[in-house]
Amino acid sequence: MAANISFEKALVGLEDIVKKLESGNITLDKSIKYYKDGMKLAKLCSDKLEEAEKEIKILQGN
Amino acid sequence: MSRKIFTVSQVNRYVKHLFSHDYLLNNIWVNGEISNLKMHNSGHIYFTLKDKAGAISSVMFKGNADGLKFGLEEGMAVLVKGYVSMYEKTGQYQLYIEKIEIEGEGALYKAYEQLKKKLEAEGLFRTEIKKTIPFYPDNIGLITSETGAAIRDIINIAERRNKSIQLILIPTLVQGEEAAGNISKAIKKFNELKNVDVIIVGRGGGSIEDLWAFNEEIVARAIYDSVIPIISAVGHETDFTISDFVADLRAPTPSAAAELAVPSKAELKDDVEKYYKKLDDLVWNNIMNLRHKQELILNHPIFKYPTQIIDQNKQYLDQLERQFKLVIEKFYKDNKIRVENDISKLEILSPKNIINRGYALLYDEKNNNIASVDELKDKDKILIELKDGSVEIEINKIRVIKEV
Repeated sequence: MAANISFEKALVGLEDIVKKLESGNITLDKSIKYYKDGMKLAKLCSDKLEEAEKEIKILQGN
Repeated sequence: MSRKIFTVSQVNRYVKHLFSHDYLLNNIWVNGEISNLKMHNSGHIYFTLKDKAGAISSVMFKGNADGLKFGLEEGMAVLVKGYVSMYEKTGQYQLYIEKIEIEGEGALYKAYEQLKKKLEAEGLFRTEIKKTIPFYPDNIGLITSETGAAIRDIINIAERRNKSIQLILIPTLVQGEEAAGNISKAIKKFNELKNVDVIIVGRGGGSIEDLWAFNEEIVARAIYDSVIPIISAVGHETDFTISDFVADLRAPTPSAAAELAVPSKAELKDDVEKYYKKLDDLVWNNIMNLRHKQELILNHPIFKYPTQIIDQNKQYLDQLERQFKLVIEKFYKDNKIRVENDISKLEILSPKNIINRGYALLYDEKNNNIASVDELKDKDKILIELKDGSVEIEINKIRVIKEV
């Protein structure tokens, strides 16, 4: 899983994994794999939300 | 009486002089209808202004024509301001127009309607070409006045929602002659730098004149050409500008634009928390389900009473063993009778029986049975066995009978 995945993609990925887990009827191996992938994506999202606060930049364009 | 003779040019110059000294004709407002409209390559505009009873040649030079916010149309009812003078070359007097207003609906409104119609026909407003506003932009470009209400509102909302998102402002004028050029240049600049994921372009509320820059074609085209998605946020809820139609998303106010562009950190944190919990719950549920299945399997008799099947097999084995014994015993019994018969048959053929019937057996000194005279020579001692005893004798004559 790429580390530079966008926040939105990570969130969509999470939703997808949750759907797969909800469908039930999956093996323990798959279940654990989905869980690990899901945790990675969730961490990516939390990391993004913990990014440092930024001040507005002003570009003199004209 | 002497005649004073003038040249044509002198007459024309004199008449022109009269025009130019007339207070009324030097600064006059006239209303009428445009006809015979000619837009010259030079940028000058020529037409005839007429009403029901008369007509007057009119000209608007490029310098003034460039200031027109709207396009002139044949039959358009207008109010013009200018002066009346003469074109000396033809001796024709004309209305030299400095300003044109539209009668009835305002000039700006007319211009707005015209541009809107034109750009719509060109397909600049099509919904299917609108770009998606990114869900989580890392950088947001702002194009507005550095000192206006809009930038304050946007910063307030953005900081409240998510301080981790970088705002980048290109300050521009947002009203007046230079505003449109400023704004379109800023849009192009962001597209060159490609340093933002979405752009908010706009300003706070004001009169139609104040908002005019956002109704200019140059701004509309810059928005259309932008590869970065653009949210337009001009004035108040009720103000619709051309920029709003071209932009990928229209926000009713600059504050609303910030709400639309800046994802709320608190809400997203909640969402992510929910996902963490959901993942935990679901995986736990799955494991519990699997465990339940496992229990069902373990409750199967083969696991619950594993010796049962062995016992059953043992029992079967015992049964086989018993059956086998019976068969063997029967076989043995059947064969015993047969063997006994065979023994009695053999006994009939036994040498003992022969002796019993009066025959004798001969043995040499080594107790070997003698069957032929070839085994004997004179003076050999042999043993003769009879039914009730044996005699030892010596050989004294051997006769060989050929062809035994």
